[in-house]
Amino acid sequence: MALDVSLIRADFPILSRKVRGVPLVYLDSGATSQKPSVVLDAERRYYETSNAAVHRGAHALAEEATDAYESARSIIAGFVGAQPDEIVFTKNATEAINLVAYAFTNATDKHRQGLEVDPRFIVGPGDNIVVTEMEHHANLIPWQELCAKTGAQLKWFGITEDGRLDLESDPIDHNTKFVSIVHQSNILGTINPIKEIMNRAHQHGALGLVDMCQSVPHMPIDMHATGADFATWSGHKMLGPTGIGILWGKSELLNSMPPFLTGGSMIETVTMDHSTFAAAPARFEAGVPMVAQAVGLATAVKYLQAIGMENIERHEQELTQHLLERLRKLPGVRIIGPDSNVDRGSAVSFVVDGIHPHDVGHIMDSHGVAVRVGHHCAWPVCRRFDIPATTRISPYLYNDIADIDAAVDSIVKAQEFFGVVPEVAL
Amino acid sequence: MTDDLYQEIILDHYKNPRGVAAIEHPLADSHQVNPTCGDEVTVWVGEDSQGNLEIAYQGQGCSISQASSSVMSELLSGKSPQEAAKIQAAFMELMQSKGQLEPNEDVLEDAVAFAGVSRYPARIKCALISWMALADAQIKSGLTYQPQSLDRKEHT
Repeated sequence: MALDVSLIRADFPILSRKVRGVPLVYLDSGATSQKPSVVLDAERRYYETSNAAVHRGAHALAEEATDAYESARSIIAGFVGAQPDEIVFTKNATEAINLVAYAFTNATDKHRQGLEVDPRFIVGPGDNIVVTEMEHHANLIPWQELCAKTGAQLKWFGITEDGRLDLESDPIDHNTKFVSIVHQSNILGTINPIKEIMNRAHQHGALGLVDMCQSVPHMPIDMHATGADFATWSGHKMLGPTGIGILWGKSELLNSMPPFLTGGSMIETVTMDHSTFAAAPARFEAGVPMVAQAVGLATAVKYLQAIGMENIERHEQELTQHLLERLRKLPGVRIIGPDSNVDRGSAVSFVVDGIHPHDVGHIMDSHGVAVRVGHHCAWPVCRRFDIPATTRISPYLYNDIADIDAAVDSIVKAQEFFGVVPEVAL
Repeated sequence: MTDDLYQEIILDHYKNPRGVAAIEHPLADSHQVNPTCGDEVTVWVGEDSQGNLEIAYQGQGCSISQASSSVMSELLSGKSPQEAAKIQAAFMELMQSKGQLEPNEDVLEDAVAFAGVSRYPARIKCALISWMALADAQIKSGLTYQPQSLDRKEHT
């Protein structure tokens, strides 16, 4: 079913505003999505009618708040074909990845102290952790730090010239303890063969995580079909509020991991010198959690489900097809990442000859077009392609072909402004 | 609206950068990066026989950061640390003005072109990166001007 974009846009108040005196064309959803009124209303309604600290207190509001929070967990789990107890709420996706990295750090520390831990989470010299060259910093730095603290070695898949994962550079071996890879690159748009790579990890006895920040918001996902042991994504990129991220993990694994943040709500018993920990997901949700954000995100999920993730995916593929066609025809513009609409998402990065990406973004902004410029927290990708930065267009369900055209037209205006319109042989 | 950012002077310095990429006897250098965008600049500082500043720079970045390096180099090379300090303070004040300050052209010369940048918070860093590198290199080399009234030791 084709999306009725004008109907969808009416649900997003911010999309009707002007910037710099012209109508806003928002094409930075890869950074964060805009929010429909129903999400904002749900958060407000929660605070106005049911606000209380969850999982404590016996009064009516505490029961309602707990019910709202746990219902949200069920709705979000159902969205990705998961069970509620496999869903951990975190501050954001970055925290979720750190939670898993720190499971290794903490298990290794405890092991050194002679405490009993699950051996799957002990790492040291001789072991390695595998990532890819196209990771967001959020899925790179935590593993660099883990290696620095434990003596393990960081290895990675390289990137081919056309922006694909170089599967021939596969560094997974029998010393690999963990493989953490991105599903869809936030800078290149590349969709990686995660199932194949997770299988390779499992064949070598390693566990694996998939960073799904750029895939869960844009396509149907059945978590158990991905082959992953863990996955993470953020609420704010899928029409939900900021301040909530998701860690999905197999229950057996979550319950084998030491906690990350400790304190209230995550315990089973406490004495002055010792504590035992609650089962997951409570084990990883220390302190009063983000209830309003969970309620808002569950509402965002219902909004997406009503439209249909298959329909959203198809709509974005149409926009991406049009965007790639127009960019390919534009002299002086080079797409960084796959330039065909095969195994790629809607985030499209490019560079313009003779104009720095910041200047491209600035001129586009002066025409109302909001795009991302910079290294997109994926600096090694820019180094790989020997470019300082890129400009990135990343549409979502509320964008249409006219938005894509406005963006591409504004690139041409930037070329004209800087006097770098290439001469084309007639 | 684009025009108040991209003044002719800025575009001219961007396309035809002034200054040098090396000096013979640098006393210190400073490498600065803008981690949000990856822009980089290195500034070298030395002094000539009269004790005036010699400045060289190399960098990569947007038109604003590149033009700013060029303007800074042209404006401050050959100035005494004291003369430079006055210009550096005026430029810093201009960048923090949110577009509310009428810049003094007698002091800032071509650098007045950056007045519009102060209206775009995301671009102020671009304009300042080379000036920050120079200030850092001056501190490292001792080629700074410290008015007595700013000497904290006197007050303790």
